[in-house]
Amino acid sequence: MSRMLVWLPLVLFAVLVGFFFRGLDLNPGEQPSALIGKPVPEFLATDLYTGQSLSNKDLPNQPYLLNVWASWCITCQVEHPFLTKLSQTLPIVGLNYKDTIPASTNWLGKLGDPYQMQISDPNGRLGLDLGVAGAPETFVVDARGIIRLKIQGEINDRVYERDIQPILEEFKP
Amino acid sequence: MKWLPVLIMLLIASTAHAAIETYQFDSDSQEARFRTLTLELRCPKCENQAIGDSDAEISQDLRAEVYRMLKAGATNNEIKDFMVDRYGRYVLYKPPLDRQTLVLWFGPLIFLLIGAVAVAVRIRRSKNAMDCRGSDA
Repeated sequence: MSRMLVWLPLVLFAVLVGFFFRGLDLNPGEQPSALIGKPVPEFLATDLYTGQSLSNKDLPNQPYLLNVWASWCITCQVEHPFLTKLSQTLPIVGLNYKDTIPASTNWLGKLGDPYQMQISDPNGRLGLDLGVAGAPETFVVDARGIIRLKIQGEINDRVYERDIQPILEEFKP
Repeated sequence: MKWLPVLIMLLIASTAHAAIETYQFDSDSQEARFRTLTLELRCPKCENQAIGDSDAEISQDLRAEVYRMLKAGATNNEIKDFMVDRYGRYVLYKPPLDRQTLVLWFGPLIFLLIGAVAVAVRIRRSKNAMDCRGSDA
């Protein structure tokens, strides 16, 4: 019995090493969304271009990406070409987060607008209901309007293949 | 010269005020609740700062939201639930006690117990060893 006990500290140490080793790969800034499995929150907002009011009814009835972006966000510019490419196969709804209309329309005019629809959220109210902490963030929403995944930070081919595509497959309508 | 202490006090008073932005509270207790809440809620963007400690944009927004809810008469728990519903458990510096957090709360106690048992066993064993030697002599 006591001979077995001699190994206990080593075993505990090994367990700790295991935890810490796993921790090396974790990004503490990356939080799973509290809204996974829940519908897109009820909202009343305006269209960035027309100023017309928008609500949940205006969202696509098929799987789509809800991309939180702003003209002040550098990473949004980085992922923009990828979104442009992706928009040919998957609808993307823009949530223009804490931005001004001139700055954002100017940005879209220069870089192109791959978004199917642009929700204006100048004071971040809808962002807050979505648990957005910054830009860019991208939500994967299924055909029933349920949020299935949130990605914080840039999305690109790698993130799409690794994280988004499997979710789209899983929740295919 | 006798104005110096007054001047110093005035300076201190002005810096103390700068920290609480421009919020006007209905009462001292409401202000105290605001301070406690903003120190118990964690900034979702900055990992190890409370929203009351952080200058991040999101912290400013969340502080404004706490303020708005306090003014509207929400209870502390309602405000915390509101934040957890949106930003997840992560925003609570003091995690609630439930099944998911059992290990977190009682893990240290279990380790302490293991240690105590180990020490007790050792002491008893060395005592026995001494007793044996004693009877040998």
